[in-house]
Amino acid sequence: MSRVWKFGDDVNTDEIIPARHNITVVPEELARHAFCEVRPRFAEEVQPGDILVAGSNFGCGSSREHAPIAIKASGVACVVARSYARIFFRNAINIGLRVVECAQADELGDGHDARVDLASGRIMNRTTGKQFLADPMPPFVLKIVEAGGIVNFLKDHDIEELQ
Amino acid sequence: MGTLVEEILSRKAGREVRAGEIALVDVDYMMTHDNTTPLAIEAWKRIGKPILDKDRIVVHFDHAYPPPNVAAAAAQKGIVDFLKKQEIFNFYRQGICHQVMIEEGFVTPGRVIVGGDSHTNTYGALGALAVGFGSTDIGVAWATGKTWLKVPQTISIRLKGATQKGVYAKDVMLHIVGSIGMNGATYKSMEFSGPYIDSLAMHDRIVFSNISTEAGAKCGLIAADDVTSDFLENHTYAKGPWEKTRPVDPQYEREVEIDVSSLSPQVACHPSVDNVKPIGEIAGLPIDEVFIGGCTNGRYEDLEIAASILKGRRVNRFTRTIITPASQKIFDKAMESGLTKIFHEAGCFTTATGCGACIGRHGGVLAPGERSFTTMNRNFIGRMGSPEAEIYLGSPAAAAATALEGKITDPRTIRSQHV
Repeated sequence: MSRVWKFGDDVNTDEIIPARHNITVVPEELARHAFCEVRPRFAEEVQPGDILVAGSNFGCGSSREHAPIAIKASGVACVVARSYARIFFRNAINIGLRVVECAQADELGDGHDARVDLASGRIMNRTTGKQFLADPMPPFVLKIVEAGGIVNFLKDHDIEELQ
Repeated sequence: MGTLVEEILSRKAGREVRAGEIALVDVDYMMTHDNTTPLAIEAWKRIGKPILDKDRIVVHFDHAYPPPNVAAAAAQKGIVDFLKKQEIFNFYRQGICHQVMIEEGFVTPGRVIVGGDSHTNTYGALGALAVGFGSTDIGVAWATGKTWLKVPQTISIRLKGATQKGVYAKDVMLHIVGSIGMNGATYKSMEFSGPYIDSLAMHDRIVFSNISTEAGAKCGLIAADDVTSDFLENHTYAKGPWEKTRPVDPQYEREVEIDVSSLSPQVACHPSVDNVKPIGEIAGLPIDEVFIGGCTNGRYEDLEIAASILKGRRVNRFTRTIITPASQKIFDKAMESGLTKIFHEAGCFTTATGCGACIGRHGGVLAPGERSFTTMNRNFIGRMGSPEAEIYLGSPAAAAATALEGKITDPRTIRSQHV
């Protein structure tokens, strides 16, 4: 099962990982402090494949990449939010964290069991039985995310191959 | 056929692009500073490809310069070692990155510039498409010369009328952010136009593009005109000719029209930049520190306005008043014209150029319980030091008047040639 971890609107980068833990860039260390103040049990209880769900403007604040790195390294399979702060969204794609926008993100409640099919954008809430669609990822972006981030993509490809 | 951002990106991409599409485009310049260069170096190393064109890389030291501690010094040494090894010579230690980028001529209309700093939007005032990025994006551009950009929808902000005495570009832009909110332009391009914008000199136009970041915007653009080319020719090292790209039959997501003539001075109050009030509602609040500087309002004209209010007067003895010119060029001019003498005789302290006070690194850090009034663009909790301090944002005139009184003061109550 993929557990939903539900957050509200305007979750900022300091709530994702406070600046004092940003001294390291080692992903596993950053993951240990993910949401340490707003959801103290998150880092301990999150399981690989879990889904993070949020409201609007997720990731607002700093341009530091520590925030999406911390989420990805904690094993989260995908973030579903009504909307994202711009630089966070970009940083997430570039580091290979799957982030989708969905107007019906509120249909997913904390602790629900859910599945997200990234290629089709289909979100299945197995707890309520409801299905709905996220904005599909453009093929361009999907290529970056599937390679595990733009750095990995560029190891094997030229950037022109993104088009 | 499109908004200003669509027109610029279409030319750059060599095909017509529209809002919502993703375009892969050549980047003219990639900018980073002492804070964001180290992670860009890491990203570039992990890609494992050579730097495509070192002349398109520009590095500034401004966030904590000269280094105030061993950690900052070590980080800067690491960057200098890298620049030497890679023979990257566009390296500046003469002021705030955005001001120096403009002065040195890197910013011209139609260029695409990516910057490892959220206020890279500043260059939009000169008709350049400039976007703030994380460090990985910069490392990618170093290696490939390109970046991917989702073409944003555009909010048109058309400004008309003339401001009253004592009301400045900063007041108008704070009013806009207060109206649309700090999430009001997320992902979007803010396109500023209209008779009021046309009438403004470059230092005032820059305020709009710079603060567009605080509304969440991807870029804040002003179409280049004769003011732009005159400024580039007379105040920068840029070489023409320039492409004066303009919107053509644009389809805006939203159009806002504002008459600026009835506005009073505005203040963005603690704790968020969209908590904007007319200064009359907050006047009288005691202030411990006044800081005039930053990439928003540390230009010569800003210092001139502040000096016109401070001349022949003394700032409140308990209000720490700090003046930080945005670049050494501005500092020189302020010394030559006698502005620094006016500041010092008024009891202000002038610091070296840079971003120190604005990010709570050095040169104006706030103690718990202190309250500051500043000309910068951000009042996040903890931004200037203690998270128990408060930050209020306003124009250089309001900041100077506040310094004199030691409490938030409407600049129109102080007699001066400028107000």
